[in-house]
Amino acid sequence: MTAIFKREFSAYFKNPIGWVFLAIFWLFCGWGLFILVSAGYNMISYVFSNMIIVLLIGIPVLTMRLMSEEIRMKTDQALLTAPVSLSGIVWGKFLAALALFGVGMAMTVVDFIILSSFASPQVSIFVGNLIGLALMGGAFIAIGLFISTMTQSQLAAAILSFAVILFFYMLDGFASYAPWGWAVDLLTSISFFSRYNEFTNGILDYGNIIFFASVIFIFNFLSVRVLERRRWS
Amino acid sequence: MIEIQGLTKRYGSKLAVDRISFSVGKGEIVGFLGPNGAGKSTTMNIITGYLSATEGRVVIDGHEILEEPTEAKKCIGYLPEQPPLYQDMTVWEYLNFIYELKKAKTASRTKHLETVCGMVKIGHVKDRLISNLSKGYKQRVGIAQALIGNPEVLILDEPTVGLDPNQIIEIRSLIKSLSRSHTVILSTHILSEVQSVCDRVIIINQGVIVADDTERNLSEKLSKDKRYTLRVKAPQTDALTALSRLERVDSVRPHGQKEEGVYEFLLQPKENQDIREDVFELLRERDWPMLEFKHNAMNLEDIFIRLTDPAVAQSISKANRKEEEQSASKEKRKSRRFFGPKEEKEEESK
Repeated sequence: MTAIFKREFSAYFKNPIGWVFLAIFWLFCGWGLFILVSAGYNMISYVFSNMIIVLLIGIPVLTMRLMSEEIRMKTDQALLTAPVSLSGIVWGKFLAALALFGVGMAMTVVDFIILSSFASPQVSIFVGNLIGLALMGGAFIAIGLFISTMTQSQLAAAILSFAVILFFYMLDGFASYAPWGWAVDLLTSISFFSRYNEFTNGILDYGNIIFFASVIFIFNFLSVRVLERRRWS
Repeated sequence: MIEIQGLTKRYGSKLAVDRISFSVGKGEIVGFLGPNGAGKSTTMNIITGYLSATEGRVVIDGHEILEEPTEAKKCIGYLPEQPPLYQDMTVWEYLNFIYELKKAKTASRTKHLETVCGMVKIGHVKDRLISNLSKGYKQRVGIAQALIGNPEVLILDEPTVGLDPNQIIEIRSLIKSLSRSHTVILSTHILSEVQSVCDRVIIINQGVIVADDTERNLSEKLSKDKRYTLRVKAPQTDALTALSRLERVDSVRPHGQKEEGVYEFLLQPKENQDIREDVFELLRERDWPMLEFKHNAMNLEDIFIRLTDPAVAQSISKANRKEEEQSASKEKRKSRRFFGPKEEKEEESK
């Protein structure tokens, strides 16, 4: 797993993908800070609520080639015939993408330090935001990785991941139009963003943490199953 | 070292590999030979655990590939048909990655990687990006990758593809030298490669093994019906009638005029009969000078062409099916014995 993690993480910096992702991420971090500072607010959460757009564009870029590239270039033959378990492969790749996401998130710490030099933002809210963003990012990365295991085409993986994240983005909107009570309940219960918003408000609810953690585990498990299935077909 | 039993792989309704069984001992080099699409790569992918077989077992050094995949895979170095190279890495980075991936254990990593680089002669390109290497060098990096960690079993799918003749000779002698400490299965469709490298040949066609033996045994078995070519200076019709009148000759076929007044004939002796002296006596009697007389032994190429005839594979596959049916009906009988009516049981006990 470590070997795969190290390779994937360094691969992000060998081709433009890692840099493009960081550029988008940091652009929005700076933009959020600029608006905050020029408006004279100290609500660090504002920077984080903007990050939804970064997830929408950035995560598909991050995950599209994780498995599809391996399948297309047939390098998966080296991975699958090495003494590594399938879950080791999937988790190695997942953690590499999450680590790059973490590098992007490190910029919010810079934002926080700058902001605290002339205002006093709440540390607890900031930490809550960090945890929330990391969890939601992780959940979307797991979904993107799962989509990437299913196709050889990076483009298809990227577009599909984008569509899935967009679906979750618009889910709250769908929910309010749903004609039946149970449908509203169902849609709001799987809504990522209402849960994420609780983090940005500084509420650390275990239910929400468990929800995102379960999404990560379920989709990584599904990725392993897809790889396993490829072996039998 | 490698034990393969009843390996079957179906892709949907297509049968890619049909009940293949063989075993390879320690230190053996086995050549896997067959036309394109015969099932060579599929079999190798199953042995290395990349694909799973529909039926059958693969045991490597005592480890079943599905039950103890990590243990089994630790013993294998695999060069797939298309070397699994990451284009964005340098050769050295890539080999380091593979070293970690395989969890190789050697005294010194750098020393081990340098030895491997030296074996396939890629030391001078180790800082170059893999995407910038020529096909021959990529192939060699692929071979290096398989050698990392000194695995006991090497599975090489067409190892000399894309190399120039000098490199081919180098790689062949490398494989040969490896056989002292390794067990090697290599697939190829180059017949001379099998002849020069392998101890044993397994010929596979349409998913079934049509031959599994040393090259020498194969050619002997197949050339039971020895044939001779005779070139003689004599009138064609006279020679033809005289030769076909010989007692031990089964048939004579004229093969045309080769030089002015010199004709060639193909002689087929009756089974297990030696016709050489008879022919010689006849020619001496008639005063026809013999210019050439030779036995047509089969070479590997002839063997290959003969054995990869689709009919051979089909008959083996048919036999497989029959066996399957028989064993199925045997099972049925067995179960009837246990659960069937009393009279039958009593009859048996009598």
